[in-house]
Amino acid sequence: MSAAVAPLPAAETCGSFPAGFAWAFARDVKLAVRHPGETLLVVAFFVLVASLFPLGVGAEPQLLQRIGPGVIWVCALLAAFLSLPSMFAYDYADGSLEQMALSPHPMVAWASGKIAAHWAASGLPLTVLSPLLGLQYGLDGATLAALAAALLLGTPVLSLLGAACTALALGARGGGMLLALLALPLFVPVLVFGAGAAEAQAAGLSAAPHLSILGAGLILAAMGLPPAVCAAVRIAVD
Amino acid sequence: MKIAWFYFASPSTFYRLAGWLAPWFFALAAILGAAGLYIGLFVAPTDAQQGEVYRIIFVHVPASWMSMFIYFVMACYGGISLTFNTRLAAMMARALAPTGAMFTFVALWTGSFWGRPTWGTYWVWDARITSELVLLFLYFGFLALANAFEDPRRGDRAAALLALIGLVNLPIIYFSVVWWNTLHQGASVKFTGTTMQIEMLWGMLLVALSFWMYSIGASLTRVRAIILEREGRTLWARALAT
Amino acid sequence: MTARLEARGLTCSRGTATLFRELSFDVAAGEWLAVRGPNGSGKTTLLRCVAGLTRLDRGEVLWDGEATRASSARFRASLLYAGHLPGIKDDLSAEENLQCALQLRGIAAAPEALRAALADVGLEKRRRLPARRLSAGQRRRIGLARLMLDPAECWTLDEPLTALDDEGQRLFAGLLERHLARGGLAVLATHHDVAPAPARVLRIGT
Repeated sequence: MSAAVAPLPAAETCGSFPAGFAWAFARDVKLAVRHPGETLLVVAFFVLVASLFPLGVGAEPQLLQRIGPGVIWVCALLAAFLSLPSMFAYDYADGSLEQMALSPHPMVAWASGKIAAHWAASGLPLTVLSPLLGLQYGLDGATLAALAAALLLGTPVLSLLGAACTALALGARGGGMLLALLALPLFVPVLVFGAGAAEAQAAGLSAAPHLSILGAGLILAAMGLPPAVCAAVRIAVD
Repeated sequence: MKIAWFYFASPSTFYRLAGWLAPWFFALAAILGAAGLYIGLFVAPTDAQQGEVYRIIFVHVPASWMSMFIYFVMACYGGISLTFNTRLAAMMARALAPTGAMFTFVALWTGSFWGRPTWGTYWVWDARITSELVLLFLYFGFLALANAFEDPRRGDRAAALLALIGLVNLPIIYFSVVWWNTLHQGASVKFTGTTMQIEMLWGMLLVALSFWMYSIGASLTRVRAIILEREGRTLWARALAT
Repeated sequence: MTARLEARGLTCSRGTATLFRELSFDVAAGEWLAVRGPNGSGKTTLLRCVAGLTRLDRGEVLWDGEATRASSARFRASLLYAGHLPGIKDDLSAEENLQCALQLRGIAAAPEALRAALADVGLEKRRRLPARRLSAGQRRRIGLARLMLDPAECWTLDEPLTALDDEGQRLFAGLLERHLARGGLAVLATHHDVAPAPARVLRIGT
């Protein structure tokens, strides 16, 4: 063992936002790559359920075109919901969340990093896959573009809202059902505007108003929800 | 003076105060409610377009006002309990939630019965109705989360935070009829004035006040039960039983 | 600046039970405080209150004279807490876990330093294995390597000798001695007798 017994250096505040964000993002992405089960589950669920609808309602092209954007949005929403518990559950169970709560990095830094990594492992694959599913429903190019744009703006909001609900429900009885009761009502506005964007495009109107509102919602959520997530985590590790 | 503010913030003293006040609020609620309904059902004139059916407005509109107002007060109590770490504010928030959920349900239900003759349908997914339904689920979520933990204090704090997050839904409900062209009519009653007949307005206001008094009375009664549940093992509570 | 940890009138209750009331103690640089008591007496809660994880009903903790509630970022930079849960990810290797833990504390350690520390705790050959393949004792040794490399001045450790064999316990004793000699301080909840004698023993729950 090294023998030098120098005095300890004076502790500087060595925490910063970029460092905290990068730490959480890199770690969670690495964990998601090493354990791809969650991402595969999300993607598989999305594709499976979206493929069930034509079987259930009949494959009439006009009907599918009409319901396509909404169905794809609902499936994306449910798939994103499925991936929520894993955001904090493992860290809470193995003690990593406590260590993060005591980190010198600002709490919003690593919380935002975790949420961004979660989106990269769930919302982003859903967004990338949505045009393929849209083809299955016979949607035209402009509608597909509007749908993908809406998902690109909306899925991060779902991750942010979901993070707040998951953090609140850490350690609670009632598991998945409680999380559904908390998260799904908060998801409703995102669904309304997201599906509305694609439907407007399909009806020949511009999707811009819906997309602008989604964008504004994303900015509000990105600024306002990470502090709420931090407050919920503090309550959870108490 | 600082001491006086927090005197009633102690559950034991508030218990007695609430017990003394509650019957007065119930009495006020009954009187105002009777007056409001009398005006609404007998004095206000028949509507030119909708006939007698419109009279459901005297329950529907005050109930929806209360559903939003109670949520706002509940979120405020939640905020106070988180900021000052007080017990009583959290208990008041829990006491308000069931009453708020009830009024939300009444608003949706009476709205549904009003919608059938006027719009031809019991339910429609327009912006205001959908966001009111979301509000109902927010109340349920609040109660579910508050009761989902072994430690009730932990449940209080988580639910208070949820209530604050859900506050964003209130402006959406209120302004949804302005932002979207929907079936639901726009606001006829604003702070600047009204386009309604004066008797209809009076009827609604009296019933709204009556609901408000009822909510206070119900919350005070409920908070007494919650106080006893939580503080049941303390000396003052055991003294009550003897 | 010499480190100093003070606690004034700590009171905490969980549910309806009050675990401890009006606890006060001082720990100066070069000293460590042993917290002892029966199971369930509140040792873990006390350590979590000192670290700032659990809220106190009343009382405050002062680090270098400043209340930790007010200047929490400064305190967190100087604090190292290890609880019952090891904070180790199964999917990362021992080396990656160690690097991750240090980066979380804002410490950038060179790969050579990580390797040397893991060698010192006997994990040289297993440092690239995913942590799920390590035994409980070996996972605890990753924690020891962290103690070796982290310059934090205040250690709050809950049962640090759990799952460690004799050699591991000797390693820990050596690390604690070195930490104290360098001017650090520690609050440890342990029923073991650790080599450098504690400056004070705090008994809870009796």
